[in-house]
Amino acid sequence: MAIIELRGIKRHYVVGEIVVKAIRGLDLNVETGEFVAIMGPSGSGKSTLMNTLGCLDKPTEGTYTLDGLETSKASPDEFADIRNEKIGFVFQGFNLLSRTSAIENVELPLFYDRSKRKIDAKALAKAALEEVGLGARLDHKPNQLSGGQQQRVAIARAMVKDPAFILADEPTGNLDSEMTYEVMSLFQTLNDRGKTVVMVTHEPEVAAYTKRVITMRDGAIVSDAPVENRKRAVDDLAEWKRSHDYLAEGERT
Amino acid sequence: MTVSKLITASMRSILRNKMRSFLTSLGIIIGVCSVIVMVAVGQGSQAQIKKQIAAMGTNLIMVMPPRGPNTVNRLTMTDVQKLRADSSYLAALTGEVRLSSTNVVGGPNYWSTSVYGVEPDYLKIKDWPMKEAEFFTDKDLQSRTKVAVLGTTVAEKLFPGEDPVGQSIRILTTPFTVVGVLASKGANAMGSDQDDVVMVPLDTAINRLTKDRKIGSIEMSAVNEGLMDQAQAEVTSILRQSHKLSDGATADFSVMNQSQILQTASQTSQTLTTLLAAIAGVSLIVGGIGIMNIMLVSVTERTREIGIRMSVGARRRDILWQFLSESVILSLLGGLVGILLALFLAYVMKTFMHTPTLVSPAVIAASAGFAAAVGIFFGWYPARKAANLYPIDALRYE
Repeated sequence: MAIIELRGIKRHYVVGEIVVKAIRGLDLNVETGEFVAIMGPSGSGKSTLMNTLGCLDKPTEGTYTLDGLETSKASPDEFADIRNEKIGFVFQGFNLLSRTSAIENVELPLFYDRSKRKIDAKALAKAALEEVGLGARLDHKPNQLSGGQQQRVAIARAMVKDPAFILADEPTGNLDSEMTYEVMSLFQTLNDRGKTVVMVTHEPEVAAYTKRVITMRDGAIVSDAPVENRKRAVDDLAEWKRSHDYLAEGERT
Repeated sequence: MTVSKLITASMRSILRNKMRSFLTSLGIIIGVCSVIVMVAVGQGSQAQIKKQIAAMGTNLIMVMPPRGPNTVNRLTMTDVQKLRADSSYLAALTGEVRLSSTNVVGGPNYWSTSVYGVEPDYLKIKDWPMKEAEFFTDKDLQSRTKVAVLGTTVAEKLFPGEDPVGQSIRILTTPFTVVGVLASKGANAMGSDQDDVVMVPLDTAINRLTKDRKIGSIEMSAVNEGLMDQAQAEVTSILRQSHKLSDGATADFSVMNQSQILQTASQTSQTLTTLLAAIAGVSLIVGGIGIMNIMLVSVTERTREIGIRMSVGARRRDILWQFLSESVILSLLGGLVGILLALFLAYVMKTFMHTPTLVSPAVIAASAGFAAAVGIFFGWYPARKAANLYPIDALRYE
């Protein structure tokens, strides 16, 4: 089943007297369980596409059907509810609330839950943090966590409402190699369990962990191909650690 | 989103910035505190004036010459005599003349004091007992004897450590014999010493001291409280007859009862209380502007947070309510601290500075309500500004 269906999407901005055509007609289907990387140079329209997919922005033309729901007639409030129910965001800069504990950050989407069902926010948030391996750091504030850990908190926050898909914007952009492997292996694990992931990135190494790479240029898709020789981030992490330990040992002797 | 969740979230973000939250609500704290204290001082002094006027006498009615320019005092002993002869609702009656700052000499000492010429009923009207010996009598009045009764202050100044009764004093140039000493009454509402007084028989005072047929005022007690109105009406009609005033002519005297005196006296302090409260109210508004200022800064500073909240599903209204409830909670907390501080200050003033204060629940409720209103009014604009942010821009904000 297609979770994301874009048909004839165009997005034009008016800047002064100039019309900027950020997306010039785009069709895209993403099925349940896919792991998609959107690549392209800056100005290619990938950020605009990401805003559209994230229901943060409305296309000038075209239809966007998310999980069977046509979004083009949604009001800002309905957009907010869709973001709450259907989409889990992961950002480059983590975007955690500062001076707020990990568990409170993860509880945030549950805070804006509009369904009438009873939810135990604390328990759900705790479970999500345990799932990303931070069960022991529930009460740590972002400034007490490493970049990789912060991004894992953000992933737990994205997962806590069990959304239709996870939308990640350069999730490894601020991370070093080890943390990148860490975060990517977490995404792969989630995807293995059936979670759909759409990720914007400009790093080919990162895109190599996904299953499908879409390349954009000048507001249109120029290539859409499955990933061959898909890499496992867990293996790379182990490899990195081995070489790191070897180097460390070399230094010692 | 429920109210309790909203309050929890607001409290969290208020506590995240304790120092700033405190400084923000300081304006409200000072505003609420000063309103309550000002009104407490005003109402306290009013209550004291009431008490003092109640202590002026029981069922008191006063006749006074008209006030203001181009008025002539036409009250005479004849009026007093007519009232005594014709009235049926009066329990006690006295004419009165006053000489202020009059030199009184006793033995080697002298003292400048007020000399009252009164009749024996005076003590009954004022409910003023004697400390020593007896007050002068009607007989003294008729024979215009030169006797005097001293207030305790005068007695101590002229005859320190001695018994004044039987001693001789000189008022202006006339010698008097002291026949008694009044019990001490203390200071009145205006703070002047009521014991700093010498009383002599009215007729003696008119003949020897003022040398003028006019009297200063007439004071009376009605038989009981229920007869105050009748008594007042009767006094007025007797005096109009006595002054030969035709119907409709303006009276050349004024008759006031105790509650009217009270009204006149408390009017000034009421105006003052209102004025003080208004000035303090201005500081409350300034405090509100402080809240608005900080909330605006806070909205800018927390633009990213707003973006994050919007990205995880906060509606505009959620953001609006969050910031609005923060400013309302800030001002309510400020109000609460202000109230506690005011209660403390009022207590300190009463206990250690002997300033009468009266904190009324109505003022507390009103200032708490006003604090909340300030929070809503000045929180609205920043909250709207936050709610109208565009999620993409808010998320990208550095």
